[in-house]
Amino acid sequence: MTLAPIDAAYTSVILLLFTALLAAVLGRYQKPLINVSFGLAVIASILMVVAGGWTVNSALTNTVILMLGLPGLNFHMRLDPLAGFFLTTIGLLSFFVSLYSIGYVKGYVGQRSVTSLVIFYCLFLSGMSLVVMADDAVFFLFAWEIMAAASYFLVMFEDQHAQNRKAALLYMIVAHVGAISILLSFGIMAGSAVGFEGFGIYTFDAMRSAQLSQTGATVAFFLAFLGFAAKAGVIPLHVWLPEAHPVAPSNVSALMSGVMLKTAIYGILRVTFDLIGRFPWWWGAVVLTLGLVSAVMGVLYALMQVDLKRLLAYSSVENIGIILIGIGLAMIFTSYQMPALACIALMAGLYHTLNHAAFKGLLFMSAGAVVHAMGQRNMDAMGGLIHRMPWTASAFLVGCASISALPPLNGFVSEWLTFQAFLLSPSLPNTLLKLLIPLGAALLALTSALASACFVKAFGVTFLGHYRGQSIDHIHEANWPMRIGMILSALTCLVLGVLPTFTIGWLNSVTHELTHATTETSHKVFDWLWLIPLQPERASYSGPVVFIGVFFIVIVTYALLHVRQSKIKRVPIWDCGFERLTNTMQYNATSFSMPIRRIFGFLFSIKETVRLSSQSGHSAFPERYHYYLRIRDLFWVWLYKPVVDVCFYLARRVGMLQAGRIQVYLIYSFITILALLVFLR
Amino acid sequence: MNVYPFIVEGLQLMVLLLGAPVFVGWVRTLKCWSQGRTSPGLLQPYREILKLFSKDVVIAENASWIFRLTPYLVFGVAVLSGGIIPMLSADLPLAATADVIVLVAFFAIARFFTALAAMDIGTAFGGMGASREMTIASLAEPAMLMSIFTVSLATKSTSLAQMVRLVADTHFLLRPSIVFAFLAFVLVALAETGRIPVDNPSTHLELTMIHEAMILEYSGRHLALIEWAGMMKLFLFATLATSLFFPWGIAHVTGAGAIAATFVLMILKLCVVGIGLILIEVGLAKMRLFRLTEFLGSGFLLATLGMLSFYILE
Repeated sequence: MTLAPIDAAYTSVILLLFTALLAAVLGRYQKPLINVSFGLAVIASILMVVAGGWTVNSALTNTVILMLGLPGLNFHMRLDPLAGFFLTTIGLLSFFVSLYSIGYVKGYVGQRSVTSLVIFYCLFLSGMSLVVMADDAVFFLFAWEIMAAASYFLVMFEDQHAQNRKAALLYMIVAHVGAISILLSFGIMAGSAVGFEGFGIYTFDAMRSAQLSQTGATVAFFLAFLGFAAKAGVIPLHVWLPEAHPVAPSNVSALMSGVMLKTAIYGILRVTFDLIGRFPWWWGAVVLTLGLVSAVMGVLYALMQVDLKRLLAYSSVENIGIILIGIGLAMIFTSYQMPALACIALMAGLYHTLNHAAFKGLLFMSAGAVVHAMGQRNMDAMGGLIHRMPWTASAFLVGCASISALPPLNGFVSEWLTFQAFLLSPSLPNTLLKLLIPLGAALLALTSALASACFVKAFGVTFLGHYRGQSIDHIHEANWPMRIGMILSALTCLVLGVLPTFTIGWLNSVTHELTHATTETSHKVFDWLWLIPLQPERASYSGPVVFIGVFFIVIVTYALLHVRQSKIKRVPIWDCGFERLTNTMQYNATSFSMPIRRIFGFLFSIKETVRLSSQSGHSAFPERYHYYLRIRDLFWVWLYKPVVDVCFYLARRVGMLQAGRIQVYLIYSFITILALLVFLR
Repeated sequence: MNVYPFIVEGLQLMVLLLGAPVFVGWVRTLKCWSQGRTSPGLLQPYREILKLFSKDVVIAENASWIFRLTPYLVFGVAVLSGGIIPMLSADLPLAATADVIVLVAFFAIARFFTALAAMDIGTAFGGMGASREMTIASLAEPAMLMSIFTVSLATKSTSLAQMVRLVADTHFLLRPSIVFAFLAFVLVALAETGRIPVDNPSTHLELTMIHEAMILEYSGRHLALIEWAGMMKLFLFATLATSLFFPWGIAHVTGAGAIAATFVLMILKLCVVGIGLILIEVGLAKMRLFRLTEFLGSGFLLATLGMLSFYILE
């Protein structure tokens, strides 16, 4: 028997489950527990990357039927290039995060037991990798629930704060509404499967062969999309995300934002391109529109945050939007039988999936280091951390530059591909789409410009300027395992950005599986140097030349200017001749975003009040100036709060039945018996 | 292998590095004349840069390495952009490196790091400048890309060299979409290069400055590099406008004589651009920050009209 990629994937899942068991046993020895279990998780992650990378590289499809399962329906597992790509993404980030966790989780030792964190971390990883490998509806939902439940407990890990418990509950509710909707969608698809017996209709193979009516397909697609969109945090189903991601331990936030959201993207791709297969253009248009809305609104909300991790969580909403833009365009092109163009759009989406895992993982890890050092997440209390945490600051800067789509880093490549996909829309036969799609490109441009403002703010307020608290002396740099995790993922961002042609060549087997087309990466001799998605006259980009060019000019200029020795004088900052500036006079997170808050204010629910107070004497001589600002998610106020209020109202009304008097309850029993006697004779 | 494009590339970089201060000198001279003052001459910007290069550097105590890296990075990005935009010829070896989207992203790199450097010092001015610059940029960038995309849709390319070639070969300017795109481009270019009515390059009045507020703490060679890069940015936008919308004489350059002719033509075009710029600056006052939304919004609207008219009329 020869080894197949699925064996490696299989081994990694078993290793993770074994680690979870081991953690339960080793609970008394916390420090060795952390080293051993996260070390094993690192190995499991490498196995995932090997399995996924191998599958995609050789365009293999392996299937396995497990001995486990329901009576009459064994679990089916399948590793094809699409699953392989997502498995690689999960493995890659969990590799960095597990390394990071070795250092990060030690911060909890002495405060609380980390056993549950370790167990659910391993279950969470195995759940995610099983989701992408599942090949029947039951197994898929089973793995989906493992993932959801494990992440629920991870969000709950620091359960002493009521806010964390509330966030976890909200997450659980949204996750389950989503799961129900996915379940219904699978039911519809399985219902039309022909030629399969018994529970066999629940395999994905049966669903692929199902002959769905147009209505059936539409209902199935939108149910599945609703379910996955709830998981991915597509606006307006995103409300749980900025609550749950920030309160989880930072290594878990990195995984949740970086890869858990991607399993929903996987689900959308699997159901749309693989299980349903044929679809009308307007499905794509819906996906594209929701993607655009999520991108713009996500980044605007991110800009308004003062909580560092909440900012990153909202920015995940934005990036999921960008990924959906690629997928939506790919669906539109596919529905008009333009596989070559669909391939480029899909490539953009997939590349951004990988990129977002890399840089959002990086950002959450560095934010974790900051939060650990600071003991709080409020940016307005930070500042000047670059002097105390140089490694973390550099890693965070790489992440910020990547997510702001600055060349030559990775975020730019996928954004560039998305723009190219937008500009291909004139070849569509539909005039309405032709007119409207370029406007989408403008929204994407707005998103990327706002993202860059958002991350200038995040980096500038957190790491630059003066420390806003009393003394910076207690702030310490992250320990070595954390640094290694961050440095490796920063390097990944750079490599993915500078050498995109390799990744795109590697991704071709995935796009071929879904759209039956591949992207020629280049037409020239040094073909790894130039990224040319279509013809060379149309568009080209060379990450290596940009990188080397900028580097070269910077070095030469620096050398030329330092031929002659000149002194650098360090002086206190100029305070315009007034008294010494205090640290709180700096621009902070709230003031930085004030112009944008004013321009786009109609998209938020803003409450801003100013009050003058005078403790002694007359109100004409105020002593203090109070400024209150509360910015809330408009969707929460408009969409969710009414639902919550109605639920509470109904609950109170129903609660009136429980009067607490025995006579009343006896009357209830009496009426029930009478009713039963009358109707069930 | 043809060495000719490499020579042109080198020449072009020289033109950018040396020509940018002269162009700024020309604009300032025109402004002086329009206000009835005598001008210090075309070469004054050179003298300023040279003066700054010979001075010592003074840096705030708490500045980090970002503050010191930024001038070099901003300068490097500006020089690299000059290698991409076709000024003298469309056959550039570096042209395939980057298309117009990458070019816009290059300007974004410079802005990103300038804003960070501004926040690095921790004064209120730095943060204010950074906040305003990023706000304006986030409104200007969509309009800029929309205006360029209109040309891209017409030429079916985002490669600058290809766009210039196609525009030069057809009767392009008569198209309504291109007229709209050009008008939008002018509005956005004013915002991106920090000219009146968006920002005033010669102000140091505390509450109105935007770009100047960000570079307030720079001195010596750092300031020289930033000022020089700023001049190059203005020069680049001027050549981008002339190359994209009035590319006569650029596309097919084959010999030394032709290069010289293109060079003379470029100088003429830039002179005209300078006059246009000064006419705008003299005729308008600086806007309040929150009225810029309307200004840039109308830029975006014009670009959108251009795109719609491309589909409807052409």
